[in-house]
Amino acid sequence: MPDCDDTLRELQTFLDGELSDDAVGTMQAHLDGCPDCLQAFDFHAELRSVIAAKCHDALPPGLLARLEQCLQADIDGDGRIG
Amino acid sequence: MADRSTFAEQAMVFAPQLYSVALRMTRNPADAEDLLQETFLRGYRGFEGFTQGTNLRAWLFRILTNTFINSYRAKQRRPLERDLADVEDLYLYRRLGSLEELRASRSAEDQLFDMFTDDEVKQALEDLPEIFRLPILLADVEGFAYKEIAEILDIPIGTVMSRLHRGRKALHKALFDFAHARGLVGAGDSSTATSTSTSSTTPTDRDDA
Repeated sequence: MPDCDDTLRELQTFLDGELSDDAVGTMQAHLDGCPDCLQAFDFHAELRSVIAAKCHDALPPGLLARLEQCLQADIDGDGRIG
Repeated sequence: MADRSTFAEQAMVFAPQLYSVALRMTRNPADAEDLLQETFLRGYRGFEGFTQGTNLRAWLFRILTNTFINSYRAKQRRPLERDLADVEDLYLYRRLGSLEELRASRSAEDQLFDMFTDDEVKQALEDLPEIFRLPILLADVEGFAYKEIAEILDIPIGTVMSRLHRGRKALHKALFDFAHARGLVGAGDSSTATSTSTSSTTPTDRDDA
């Protein structure tokens, strides 16, 4: 059974989805029985989703159309403009 | 081999996420738009080299990253690795995780969501030195796997991991400083901000790999 230090050390790797199946099982077993580590896990999972949610920007108006125009400028389809 | 005439219909759906990351890379909308246009043009020109059925999203992010590094980085005039805040592991959690509001709330996510403004989160990301900012954008914002990030940035997986580890600590420190500046957390908590962790949980930095 891993101790709290082991669990916290692997926390970000766990959230990254990069632990092996075995390691995930071991970690989940620890989290099930350790409210302190579970709280740390929740905090970091939530922090990550907050960060991701707060840094998406809307496309400027017209940018999609400009991108498509840019590609359509390749009239003969040779990968070059014109 | 991919048919170039289908590039727009396949690739355009990724424009919003590519634009957001381009904005964090270049830090200004005009350069982000130029970077995105150049990325799509390069993608279009090189689309015959894309293998249908493989990951188009990762392929486009690789072009975005290469274009940024080759065309825009020189304009940034910022050191690649400057004064990266080095704090102990779980720095932000140790300071915010025990706040009464967070503990009492069943929805810590809402509390955390309200603690930082969009601009603060963007600023904290944009202030990270580039070698840390790019892996964090790809991992934490875009959800790419270590292996994909290694391929997109053309660095070893061990380097991806160590940069994520160090970059996240600096990011968390910057977020704490914003919360502190707005009076959301106590002043005394920041006294250890510049101390370096003595724990041995930091992976060996393999940036020289």
